[in-house]
Amino acid sequence: MLGRLSLSAIPLDVPILVGTFIGVVIVGVAVLGLITYYGKWGYLWKEWFTSVDHKRLAVMYIILALVALFRGFADAIMMRTQLALAYAGNPGYLPPHHYDQIFSAHGTIMIFFLAMAFMTGLFNFIVPLQIGARDVAFPFLNNLSFWMTAVAFILVNVSLFIGEFSQCGWLAYPPLSENQFSPGVGVDYYIWAVQISGVGTLLTGVNFFVTIVKMRAPGMTWMKMPVFTWTAFCASILIMVAFPVLTVAVALLGLDRYFGMHFFTNDGGGNQMLYLNLIWAWGHPEVYILVIPAFGVFSEVVPAFSGKPLFGYSTMVYATCSIMVLSFLVWVHHFFTMGAGPDVNAFFGIATMIISIPTGVKLFNWLFTMYKGRIQFHACMYWAVGFMITFTIGGMTGVMLAIPGADFVLHNSLFLIAHFHNTIIGGVYFGYICGMNFWFPKVMGFKLDETWGKRAFWFWFVGFYCAFVPLYIVGFEGMTRRLNHYDNPAWHPWLLVAEVGAVLVMLGIACQLTQLYVSIRDRNLPQNRDVTGDPWNGRTLEWSTSSPPPVYNFAIVPHVHELDAFMHDKENGIDTRQAGAQYEAIHMPKNTSLGLACGIFALIFGFAAVWYIWWLAAIGLVGVIGSVIARSADKDIDYYIPAEEVARIENEHTRKLMAQAAE
Amino acid sequence: MAQNTTVQTAGHDEHHHESPVVFGFWVYLMTDCIIFGTLFAVFAVLRNQFNGGPTGHELFEFGGLGLETALLLVSSITYGFGMIAAHKSQVSKVILWLGVTFLLGLGFVGLELREFAHMIAEGAGPDRSAFLSAFFTLVSTHGLHVTCGLIWIVTLIAQLMGTTEIPERMMNKLTCLSLFWHFLDIVWICVFTYVYLASMI
Repeated sequence: MLGRLSLSAIPLDVPILVGTFIGVVIVGVAVLGLITYYGKWGYLWKEWFTSVDHKRLAVMYIILALVALFRGFADAIMMRTQLALAYAGNPGYLPPHHYDQIFSAHGTIMIFFLAMAFMTGLFNFIVPLQIGARDVAFPFLNNLSFWMTAVAFILVNVSLFIGEFSQCGWLAYPPLSENQFSPGVGVDYYIWAVQISGVGTLLTGVNFFVTIVKMRAPGMTWMKMPVFTWTAFCASILIMVAFPVLTVAVALLGLDRYFGMHFFTNDGGGNQMLYLNLIWAWGHPEVYILVIPAFGVFSEVVPAFSGKPLFGYSTMVYATCSIMVLSFLVWVHHFFTMGAGPDVNAFFGIATMIISIPTGVKLFNWLFTMYKGRIQFHACMYWAVGFMITFTIGGMTGVMLAIPGADFVLHNSLFLIAHFHNTIIGGVYFGYICGMNFWFPKVMGFKLDETWGKRAFWFWFVGFYCAFVPLYIVGFEGMTRRLNHYDNPAWHPWLLVAEVGAVLVMLGIACQLTQLYVSIRDRNLPQNRDVTGDPWNGRTLEWSTSSPPPVYNFAIVPHVHELDAFMHDKENGIDTRQAGAQYEAIHMPKNTSLGLACGIFALIFGFAAVWYIWWLAAIGLVGVIGSVIARSADKDIDYYIPAEEVARIENEHTRKLMAQAAE
Repeated sequence: MAQNTTVQTAGHDEHHHESPVVFGFWVYLMTDCIIFGTLFAVFAVLRNQFNGGPTGHELFEFGGLGLETALLLVSSITYGFGMIAAHKSQVSKVILWLGVTFLLGLGFVGLELREFAHMIAEGAGPDRSAFLSAFFTLVSTHGLHVTCGLIWIVTLIAQLMGTTEIPERMMNKLTCLSLFWHFLDIVWICVFTYVYLASMI
C-alpha cells in the first residue's frame, strides 16, 4: 500500500533533523496562522497563486529563491563547520551519511532553486517591460513553470524529514548513484526534483524565446534591444538546447534504477562516461545560462550609475552570442581525466580558454562605461565593481583549470570548488543581488535601503574571499572535495579561516534580510518612495511606466526609435507614455488555478514515485494530464480592461508625475 | 503536452500580431527534437553492447515493422486531410479524419507493444543488455509521444463535437497537433533506418 515508505523513514535518530523539523513546524504554523488571522488566504489565492501576471510570478520566484538561499546556505555553513572541527581523529559532528546528503543538497538547491529561480524571477519582471510588452507570450505556461519549480523545491525539502536525500553529489554520477551502491530513496528524490523543475525551466525558456522574438514593441529591432533582454534571449536559447539533454541523462539514470536497465551500470555493457558527457553537455551551458543574465544586469546597472550609455553595445551583444555558442564546445573540460587523449583534451582546453576573450570584452566594456562617467556609488555599483574584481579572479583560475595538464592535478580538489564558487558567487549571485537592488523600486514602488545594502555587500565580499581563498590553497596542497574528515594538520588553519568567511557571509545574508525589513518599514518616507517610476534616470522602457507598473504594463504600447528608447525619448522631449491619448480597452489573460493544480499533482506523482507507491503515482499522473486537458477545454481565459479604467489609472499616474515635477 | 493550453497573447490589439501559439509550439518541438537527438546518440554509443545477449540482427523482423511504418505514414496523410477539412471549416469531416488518424495511431502503438511483449518473452527485455536498454528507451520514447498524440486527438475530437465552426484557438490547436504528428513521423523514419535497418543489414 505505501510502497517502501514506513515509519522508519523518518530520521528520528538524527537530532539536527529533528530540531530542524520542529523549527520548520513552528515557523510554518506561525506563518499559516498569521495568514489565517489576517484573512489573507483569499488575497493570496486570487492575487498571487493563480496569477498569470509576469510581475506577480517574478516576485514569487524571487521569494522562492531567497528561501532556497536560506536552506542552501544552512547546508554550506554546516559543511564548513564540520571541516573546521573534523581533523586529527576528531570525527566532527556530521557523520558521513548525513554530510554527503548535505553537500549534495547544497549544490542541487543552490543551482536549481536559488540561481535558476532568481534568474527566472528577473526575466519575468524585466523582459516584458523592457521590450514594451503587456505580458509574456504564454502567461498560463509561466504560472505552470513557477509551480513546477516550487513543488520540486518542496520535494527536495520533504527528503529532509521523510527518508533521505542523494549522497552522490549535485550531479549524481553513476555508478555510485545506481541501485547497486545507492539503494535508498535519496537519488530518487534527486531525480524527480530535477525532472519536475526541469519541465518548468524548459517551458520558461520557450516562453521567453517566443516573447522576445514575437512581442517586442514596434520599432525595437534586434540591435535596439536592451542588453538585459539580449542576455535573457541567449539564456533562453541555451535552456532550450541544454535542458532536454539533462532530462534525458537523468531519465536514463532513473530507468537504470527503476527498471534495471544498463545505461550506466558496471555490468550489462553500461557506460558511466556516457552519463558524464550527457550531464556536462547540459551542465556547462547551465553555468552560462546563469551568468549571462548576470552580465545583462551589470550592463544595465553600470550605465545607469555612470550617467553614460553602455560602451560598445554591439560588441556586448556579439560577445554574449559568442559565449552562448562557445558554451557548447567545452563540456569535456569537466573530466579531462576521463582519458580521451591529448588531441581531444587540447581541443576542449583551447575552446575553454577562448571563452575568456568575449568575457574580457565585456569587462572592458563595463570599465570603459565607467571611464569618465559621473559615477554614483550606489549599493548597486558596489555589487557591480565587486563582481568585476571577483569574477576576473574566478575567470583566471578557470583558465588555469582549462590546461589539461594542470587539471590532472587539480581535478576534484578544493581548488576547483574555490574556482566555481568564485565565478558563481562573484558572478551570478552578485549579479542577481545587484539586479534586485536596481529593480526593486520598479517592483515594489519603494527603494531598498542603501546603508544596509552596502553593509551586506561588504560582508559578502570580504566573507567570500575569506571563505574561498583558503580553499584555493588547500586545493593546491592536495585536499580533495567532499572530504568528511582529514588528518593533515597543515590544512586545519586554512579551514578555520574558511569557517570565519562562512560566518561573515552569514552576516551578509543577515544584513540583506535587515535591508528588506528596514526598507519595508520605511517605505512611506518620501525619499524612499518611487513616485515617478524612474528613480535612477533609467535608459530603458521599464522605467517609463509607474512603479509598480499597472497590470497591463503599458496603456499605449511604446514606439521605439533608438537604442535606450526611454533615454532617447527623455532627451528629445517625447512622452513615452503618450499620456492623455485615446485609451482603448486592453485584452488580458485571466487567472487560473490549473497551473497550481498541475504542480500539486506533479508533487504527488514525484513523491509517490520516490517511494514506489504506484497507485498514488497513477493518481498524480492522471491529475497532471487532466489539468492540462482541463486547461485546453477552459473557454474562460481572457478579459478586457475597459478603456475608462485604463484612463483612470493612467490619469492618476500623470497627476502624481505632475505633482512631483511641481515640487 | 501543455502547449495546446496556451492563451493567446495579451495586448497588441492595435497592430494585431498573429498568435504566437504555433510558433511557440514549433520551438518546443525543436527541444523535443534534442531529446530524440540525445537518445539517438546514446543508442549510437551503446548499440554494440550486447552483453552476450541477442543482437538486433537476430531480434528484428521486417514484417511487423513494415506494417507499423505504413500505419504511421498513412496516419500523417489522413491528418493532412483533416487539416484540409479544418481550413474549409467542415467540422464533421475534421472529426472523421481525426478518428481515422486515431485508429491508425492506435494500430501503430498496438503493434509496437506486441513487438515489445514478444521480445521480453524471449528474454530480450530492456534489462538484458545496454544495447536493449537503449533500443527500448529510444523506441518507446517515440511510442510514448504517439500515445500522447492519441490522447490529444481524443481531447480535440471531444472539443469539436457539437460545434459548427472552427475558431482561431481551435485552429491553432489543430495546427500544433499537426506539427506534432508529422514530427513523430520524421522521428520514426530516423528510428526505422538507424535502429532497425542498420541492424538488419
